[in-house]
Amino acid sequence: MDFLRPTTLDEALAAKAERPGAVPIAGGTDVMVELNFDHRRPEALLDLTGVGELAEWSRSSGSDGEIRLGAGVPYTRVITELGGRLPGLAMASRTVGSPQIRNRGTVGGNLGSASPAGDTHPVLLVTGARVEVASVRGTRLIPATEFYTGVKRNALAPDELVTAVHLPEATGPQQFAKVGTRNAMVIAVCSFALALDPDRAAARAAIGSAAPTPRRAVAAERFLAEELPWGTPGPLRDSLKRRFGELVAEATEPIDDVRGTAAYRRHALAVLARRTLTWAWNDQQERSPSCA
Amino acid sequence: MTTSTKSTVTRTDGIGASPRRPDGTAKVRGEFAYSSDLWHEDMLWGATLRSPHPYARITGIDIARALALPGVYAVLTHADVPGVNRYGLEHADQPVLAEDVVRYRGEPVVVVAADHPETARRALERVEVGYEVLDPVTDAESAVAGQGAELHPGGNVVRHVPIRRGDPDAAAEVVVTGRYEVGMQDQAFLGPESGLAVPAEDGGVDLYVATQWLHVDQRQIVAALDLPEDKVRLTLGGVGGAFGGREDLSIQVHACLLALHTGRPVKMVYNREESFYGHVHRHPAVLYYEHGADRDGTLRYVRARIYLDGGAYASSTGAVVGNAATLGVGPYDVPNVSVDCWGAYTNNPPCGAMRGFGAVQAAFAYESQMDRLAAACGLDPVEVRIRNAMAQGTVMPTGQVVDSPAPVEELLRRVRAKPLPPEPSGEPDLRTLPGGVSNTTHGEGVVRGVGYAVGIKNICFSEGFDDYATVRVRLQVVGGEPAATVHTAACEVGQGLVTVLQQIVRSELGVERVTVEPSDTTIGSAGSTSASRQTYVTGGAVREACLRIRDALGALSPAELGDKVLDETVEWRHRPTEELHPETGQGNAHVQYGFAAHRAVVDVDTELGLVKVVALDCAQDVGKAINPQAVLGQIQGGSAQGLGLAVMEEIKTEGGVIRNPSFTDYLIPTVLDMPPMSIDVLELADPHAPYGLRGVGEPPTISSTPAVVAAIRAATGRALTRVPVRPEHITGT
Repeated sequence: MDFLRPTTLDEALAAKAERPGAVPIAGGTDVMVELNFDHRRPEALLDLTGVGELAEWSRSSGSDGEIRLGAGVPYTRVITELGGRLPGLAMASRTVGSPQIRNRGTVGGNLGSASPAGDTHPVLLVTGARVEVASVRGTRLIPATEFYTGVKRNALAPDELVTAVHLPEATGPQQFAKVGTRNAMVIAVCSFALALDPDRAAARAAIGSAAPTPRRAVAAERFLAEELPWGTPGPLRDSLKRRFGELVAEATEPIDDVRGTAAYRRHALAVLARRTLTWAWNDQQERSPSCA
Repeated sequence: MTTSTKSTVTRTDGIGASPRRPDGTAKVRGEFAYSSDLWHEDMLWGATLRSPHPYARITGIDIARALALPGVYAVLTHADVPGVNRYGLEHADQPVLAEDVVRYRGEPVVVVAADHPETARRALERVEVGYEVLDPVTDAESAVAGQGAELHPGGNVVRHVPIRRGDPDAAAEVVVTGRYEVGMQDQAFLGPESGLAVPAEDGGVDLYVATQWLHVDQRQIVAALDLPEDKVRLTLGGVGGAFGGREDLSIQVHACLLALHTGRPVKMVYNREESFYGHVHRHPAVLYYEHGADRDGTLRYVRARIYLDGGAYASSTGAVVGNAATLGVGPYDVPNVSVDCWGAYTNNPPCGAMRGFGAVQAAFAYESQMDRLAAACGLDPVEVRIRNAMAQGTVMPTGQVVDSPAPVEELLRRVRAKPLPPEPSGEPDLRTLPGGVSNTTHGEGVVRGVGYAVGIKNICFSEGFDDYATVRVRLQVVGGEPAATVHTAACEVGQGLVTVLQQIVRSELGVERVTVEPSDTTIGSAGSTSASRQTYVTGGAVREACLRIRDALGALSPAELGDKVLDETVEWRHRPTEELHPETGQGNAHVQYGFAAHRAVVDVDTELGLVKVVALDCAQDVGKAINPQAVLGQIQGGSAQGLGLAVMEEIKTEGGVIRNPSFTDYLIPTVLDMPPMSIDVLELADPHAPYGLRGVGEPPTISSTPAVVAAIRAATGRALTRVPVRPEHITGT
């Protein structure tokens, strides 16, 4: 197995073009596990940790601030440097592995693996993130909703690398919650993300680990957009929360596996949907001037 | 953490003190050499081809393509085993390399040696093994009933132990029954199986290996290699945890075979997945219990049937069955007892020793029953236990009279009297809630519960086993200072034995400099680092050797020895035990009993089924705390392992195949799962034991599990008859 270690993005893209079978490795928190368990023997590893430009983030100058998060920025930095601008992504990042894993693991790696259990995917789906991918042929932006194509499959062409993720700064409350059978350092049995966009009276909801790919719960989103009493202060009706939970559960396509049953996943996602909606709504109430 | 350790400290580095362990700094700094770090010039790497089937007939093995691979030095099958192709702790029933049949998924079939681990792996891929797949036996209860294929000559019952005391037809006013299940727990030690075998010029081999008992390994290796004992020499490598999982052989014979065959040193290291196939696990169990009592909760009788799944080979199943049977009613005084315990052969992964050893499975059932009895009698769970608590003088179901302190009532009173943790208030920190930082609740659905349990464990080897330790202690003046050297074959597996032996010598001989030499087989056996026995037995042997040296010193002080070397080798035994009567299970089978009690406080997210153990306080009698800090470490570690079994730790099998052989899916508690503990350490001396000490390592594992589950039941109202408790069991989805 060859080990390629480019120091610039151009070198990395050239290497990927020349060796499409080379597996990119950033923090190594997924790839090394696969190698150690002998689930994968790529012809080459393409180590991206030497490419400094991937480990940076920046904010666009426009008023509707957008963050360009380099694919190689580790979760620890997402939490400490971007927690205010990207609260949902920071919440998901906090649930990743252990401190050591968060120091190594990256959102770019999460996208490269495209595991249905990847922790950041539901947040990328609800925040309208776009995945920046590049090759020697050029650069394109893929909406997160079009990025996940199957179990551990994504929309990358063989010569492309994930270079960054573009995320709008939060304009409303965001939530992420994940069920695991341990109180830390646990892979998701199922996960859920929610983002409210009060300016547009819209909401987005997405699930992880409960379908072949991370996916949005579109009917549940539509229900919220129509039913949330945006202008009215006060708590949400229980019936509204319950219906939202049901619609989220209906959006799932879970399986029975060693981590949990399909029935439990559906049940748990309905609970998470109700709870995160409550938290987000209360958050929204506190932010809105009418309640101040 | 609070402690109430009472001890007379005569030195700051002797008995009753907690001097720093010699391996501590290196381990904390990541510089300690574990057996997986062993290295030798010119060494080859060994690798193992394992059966992909739980049960199959081997129709052919073709190694030609593997041998042809450049860099491959040996490809060995059962035909290359020079001695007896069978090994085992109690019965030699397990092939070194499979012959005509494989009996579990993961059974070794072929071993290879190559100049690089990757080459060895590729060689394994080139070995062609023909299998005729057979219907596996995967249920212990039906295996005992004689259903399914006969996996070994003589049938699928490894051992049946009946215990009969008093009136077999005793009746009672209040009767509670239950069926309980215990899942397959793994020792989950962090240092995988590993070792280095170096061929010697005399035709023998030197093996450096992480194990729990060098001499029992040696006995099995020489039989397989057909070599005399002096040609197979073992030295202990750095051991990264054991918990029973290193009692059986793993790489030992394979590495020696490859080294002798190639004339080159051979290193073998399992990876994490292979480790799950490479050692035995805790026996899964199905337990049927019936408790009869007076209306005031006084027990009249206990009847139980216990089925332990031993998997494909016997390992230590026989002794585990003996423990589950003899300790099957728990630390209670019961006049009429009828217990039957069976250990079965199946095609599931082999099961054997793990911390608690049969007592863990029984305790989950009998403590669950005590809670049911309390509910049926309208009594407090602690009250019903105290009403039936055994004490010194109690007659065990085996007829054995308990002849040292058995402070069951005191332990229960102590954990009950501890202050309860405060109820959550204000804005909660996610880390204190079920689900932790995964942000699943901010308090919604969370209900608190409290549960109690107490357990009993036999200490040292039982049932007539000749259980001893050999020790050599030397005292001389080195560089003007008296210095002592201790040599034993006892295995330091992380528990702190080396420190304890140093402390004993310092206190007995009054010398500060005590060196514990590497453990090897150039001295006689010290017995196994198992059954909470090493401080008792090897510690007892060191004490005896020191006493003899003190006799030889006479009026001299150690500093006045001059050129004289005082040198004592001692073989020391605890008092003998008896075999159990085969039909009644009567007999003085155990040396000593250990007891611990726990109170668990849990917060349960009743909607999601997630659990946060808020407190897990413990009281344990240790007779004498030789090293109080190490005692607390054992109690914390044992309690955490019991918590793991209660809420997360399980090897899941389907048709005999392990579904979660990784630390991604075999979960062990983290610091956010295990609360800080308040621990009361009692020191009620056992007059029969050295220094009055009582084995420490296992009792806290036993009561921890049922205490946590009792607390979850209290919070949820669910019956919860199986461990580990999964979220689905709590939510009912």
